[in-house]
Amino acid sequence: MTSIPLFHVLILSSLLFVIGFIGVVARKNTLFILMSLEVMLNAVGVAFIGAGSVWQQADGQVMFILILTLAAVEAAVGLALLIRMQKKYRSLDIDLLSQLKG
Amino acid sequence: MLANLAPIDSLFYFAGLVAVIASLKVVTGNNTVHALLYLVVSLLAVAVCFYLMGAPFAAGLEVIVYAGAILVLFVFAVLMFGLGKDETSHAPQNKGLANMFGAMVLAFALLIEMVIIINNGDMQQSLQANVIDSKAVGIMLYGPYLLAVEIASFLLLAGLLAGYHYAKPDLTGGAL
Repeated sequence: MTSIPLFHVLILSSLLFVIGFIGVVARKNTLFILMSLEVMLNAVGVAFIGAGSVWQQADGQVMFILILTLAAVEAAVGLALLIRMQKKYRSLDIDLLSQLKG
Repeated sequence: MLANLAPIDSLFYFAGLVAVIASLKVVTGNNTVHALLYLVVSLLAVAVCFYLMGAPFAAGLEVIVYAGAILVLFVFAVLMFGLGKDETSHAPQNKGLANMFGAMVLAFALLIEMVIIINNGDMQQSLQANVIDSKAVGIMLYGPYLLAVEIASFLLLAGLLAGYHYAKPDLTGGAL
């Protein structure tokens, strides 16, 4: 077991998560929202790695790898949608997407 | 209280502080490319945290996949957006390297921290004592978690198809 207490790891993780969440909620630019989402996923990874290192199990790192896959897919799909949005509206303002079609 | 901290602990807190500062700069930034720079620094700081927590494999993956692949994807997307006008109008005019100064300072702090860790033999030994190596992770991944790996591969395939579908040139002129 490492000398770093799990409590402090979880504090770091929740700090990063809250920072990312504030970014997702407060920003108007869709690209910044995607970047804040990456910060949030990263924070979750910190929590998993910290727990795995405290209990000396490999499960934490396995979950981190799955989160990594999720983050990669999310970035790819999100950025493709942003390219679509930029082509259509010439802007990345999220408020342009507030109305559904039909 | 700070005096009797173990060296690994203090380095961990320092890397965590760097990660929080860089993440704050990501969220509050005006310029897209500078925010991406800070995001890279944040991911590197988290990778140092992983290394200090005894997960060097995860730290390597963080650097290679997150900072190396996903962030390059972001940079390519920003290149395709042509640096949207609404964001760069708030940014200060070109001041040479001054814009990148903060990110560079944080990255250099991380570099110094890594050099300290690698140079310090005692610290290396205490880190080696509780490391979870990639072999254990691989056995776990292809043993009990095999189904999760399969689902992740389907997720990647879906991401590939969705990325291709949404980013291809619009020939029919349909809705978003």
